[in-house]
Amino acid sequence: MPGIDGALRALSSLDALAARPGPATRLDARAKLLVTAAYIVAVVSFERHAVAALVPFAAYPLLLGAWAQVPAGPVLGKLALASPFALMVGAFNPWIDTAPMLQLGSISVSSGWVSYASLLLRFVLTVSAALLLVATTGMRELAAALGALGVPREFTAQLLFLHRYSFVVGEEARRMATAARLRSAGRGLKFGAWSALLGHLLLRAYERARRIHQAMLARGYDGELRPGRPLAWKGRDTLFVLAWLVMFAWWRWGEPVAWLGRLLTGSGA
Amino acid sequence: MSHHLIEARELHYQYPDGTSALRGLSFCVHHGEAVALVGANGAGKSTLLMQLNGLLLPSAGEIRIGDLPVNRRTRAEVMRCVGYVFQDADDQLFMPSVFEDVAFGPRNLGLEGAELESRVRAALETVGAAHLADRAPYRLSGGEKRAVAIAGVLAMSPDVLVLDEPSEGLDPVARRRLIGLLTSFTHTRIVATHDLELVLDVCSRVLVLDRGQLAADGSPAAIFGDLPLLERCHLEPPPSWRTRAPTTA
Repeated sequence: MPGIDGALRALSSLDALAARPGPATRLDARAKLLVTAAYIVAVVSFERHAVAALVPFAAYPLLLGAWAQVPAGPVLGKLALASPFALMVGAFNPWIDTAPMLQLGSISVSSGWVSYASLLLRFVLTVSAALLLVATTGMRELAAALGALGVPREFTAQLLFLHRYSFVVGEEARRMATAARLRSAGRGLKFGAWSALLGHLLLRAYERARRIHQAMLARGYDGELRPGRPLAWKGRDTLFVLAWLVMFAWWRWGEPVAWLGRLLTGSGA
Repeated sequence: MSHHLIEARELHYQYPDGTSALRGLSFCVHHGEAVALVGANGAGKSTLLMQLNGLLLPSAGEIRIGDLPVNRRTRAEVMRCVGYVFQDADDQLFMPSVFEDVAFGPRNLGLEGAELESRVRAALETVGAAHLADRAPYRLSGGEKRAVAIAGVLAMSPDVLVLDEPSEGLDPVARRRLIGLLTSFTHTRIVATHDLELVLDVCSRVLVLDRGQLAADGSPAAIFGDLPLLERCHLEPPPSWRTRAPTTA
């Protein structure tokens, strides 16, 4: 079943990237988390027809990706995986909101199309920023950073377990699907068979959760996941956060596009 | 040393659905002994193992680890004394890195800093997995996972090691390495297994379970030489038994 296989490989490839030593992976996870959060807030804070104003924000994932040497392939792949959601959410905008808004030569563009474009652009920007965060930080550090920033341990533990066992349960799902396919005589599975398969998978996952809990109890678990190595905030982390916050503020409230235009055309400021 | 004596008296266990898994088991295991627990599927091996460290508590009868009766109150102390290696290593390796996973138990015991670090390194060293410390557990091979799972238990400095099907799913070389490791330990060891060859190599005593009762208790030589007993309990003498028998028996 290439679908499940591919998804599992994609998931582990991002994490593997974070294990490489590099300037971006060395930064404190909290710094990267804060910058990513600020970035996402800044991007979604524009009014719903903003398109040109969002363009400068593309510089962040591009620069960060290049600096951290994150290959574009896995990031774009996962972006595509998540895209149906964004594509569907705004798909009716062009039909509902038909008031003309923009005149490109002889073609008039309705305000619905503009807001759809804005939505898709925001999706690409925010999701790629989040993917880069994972690719430069890794799940473990990310959970530690969330914990250090005050997110309750119950949630960070859930995040870690979800990540860890998605591989195990995914592998189980793959085996079950293969076994079912081998006995379906090339006819594909009926709806009833799929529901039985999913029910079974749920029961197995539940059973496994019980065994994991027992294994935790057997090693002295008392309801509290004790934190691993402490995070260390250094000067470069402060610099990283401040530099990006200044950039985001300028892109959000300044007029970077006009400034760039003046710079390129050489007209006096 | 009486502290490490394991004693079961008239042990009964009934699952909530009414299945009687253990029906009046009594035995005593001495310090440093390596004991095999064998029997057909459903004979009660796993249930008995879970009684040994308090994951399950007896419905009737008693089990004692050293001076401690296993009950709700002593469970935490018993779990520290009795290290339990689960059948599926994936159930046991839940932390994001091998180091973190081995550190899980000692951290719960209150260890931190350099002491924690050295305890974890030493445990990984013992099982020959020091080089895996920074790896993600889900990326390890079956043999590596087993070794790390054992390290996670060793790091808690248990007096007794309980292993559920430790050789299951291992390739021959990984299995051979595991056998070497298990023979090198001086802990009291209780191994539930279908791998009777492993029993010959590791254990000096065999408990045979049959439908929740103790069918036999003796040396491997005595047990594997008793064909009617083996047949009754759905077992067979290990293949190498015939060639080994004259020297071992």
